Amino acid sequence: MTDSARPTRWTDHQVEQVIGRLLQFGVLLATIVVVVGMTGLLATHSGPAADHRVFVGVAPELRSLGAILHGAFAGHPEAITQLGLVLLIATPIARVALTLVAFVVQRDRLYIGLTALVLALLLWGLLRG
Amino acid sequence: MTLLTVAVLIAAGSFLAGMLGALTGLGGGIIVVPMLTLLFHVDLRYAIGASLVSVIATSSGAAAAYVREGYTNVRIGIFLEVATTIGALAGAALSSVIPTSALAVLFAIVLLYTAVRSFQQRDEHPSNDPPHPWAVKLRLNGSYPVKGEMVPYTVQGVGSGFAIMGLAGMLSALLGIGSGVVKVLAMDRRMRLPFKVSTTTSNFMIGVTAAASAGVYLHRGYIVPTIAFPVMLGVLAGALTGARVLARTSTGKLRTLFTGVVTILALEMLYKGVTGAL
Repeated sequence: MTDSARPTRWTDHQVEQVIGRLLQFGVLLATIVVVVGMTGLLATHSGPAADHRVFVGVAPELRSLGAILHGAFAGHPEAITQLGLVLLIATPIARVALTLVAFVVQRDRLYIGLTALVLALLLWGLLRG
Repeated sequence: MTLLTVAVLIAAGSFLAGMLGALTGLGGGIIVVPMLTLLFHVDLRYAIGASLVSVIATSSGAAAAYVREGYTNVRIGIFLEVATTIGALAGAALSSVIPTSALAVLFAIVLLYTAVRSFQQRDEHPSNDPPHPWAVKLRLNGSYPVKGEMVPYTVQGVGSGFAIMGLAGMLSALLGIGSGVVKVLAMDRRMRLPFKVSTTTSNFMIGVTAAASAGVYLHRGYIVPTIAFPVMLGVLAGALTGARVLARTSTGKLRTLFTGVVTILALEMLYKGVTGAL
């Protein structure tokens, strides 16, 4: 049975099934991207590993979404690895977004409000920091 | 040491942390941060960034299995995520003004509390009392499958549960852990949820809570790819392996091992924090 053949309002259980798949997909995709970046990192890196005893913060190119995407598409292994990590951070955020869609479909006003608040806080953290 | 050697060593340690965390149900984050700082001499802030990423990986990876069983209460999850997310953003803001030595001491206290809790049995007192009035308004009461039948449960202590979850979110951001122990305290003890509901709902929330502060820390440069990737892959592989072997092992000895490891790490963190060596 396809989704369109089902009653238009999702049940909580159906929503949870879709969410479960989304989370699995997110982790898998993030892992693949991290492994690609890691392979590049290990292949191109020479000499001793950097010292991380003292905090200076990672390079600015690896701190914002735009810069990371730019670096990843230019083929920089560090940026690709960081993109994989960002995809992982985005996975639970995507789950909240999907939950919001489900509450909109269910026309559950109270939970549309609460979920939108959580989503806004998460997006603010990821995009503006 | 070369990058490859360091990465392999960190991944191996993270694998063990992830496995122990999954087997005891207490999560790997609480071991990853002290391991990185004490063993690999990584700055506490980098360790926290890497650990949060691994917390998200294990929480999301395990959630898919829980979801199929149908125990998660999405409404309780979202309602409490309001508290954990605000707590996490507040914790991330605080972490820039709290000295790392103070964070190390706080970490030691949470480790010791975890060690004590891991020896106590979780008592289940599901409640048949009339629900908290807010639980009715927020439609938090639910039902869960027991031997094929849907058994209803009511939710108590909504206000205090919400407040403790805010604290759990703050600790998660400050220390880079999932705060599973504190979440269980709120959901088992205060809100009186059945185990299966509180465990699965808490696991769901851990990823969202960690994502809130991880986003902020990305901008602050706490997330270093060369440290975070071996931690993420190691913890994830360890947690998946742990979940596989869980059915075949007795958890008694493991719990003792876990408690021993956690206690030693706590004392070291306390010492380093007090002497200002971190």
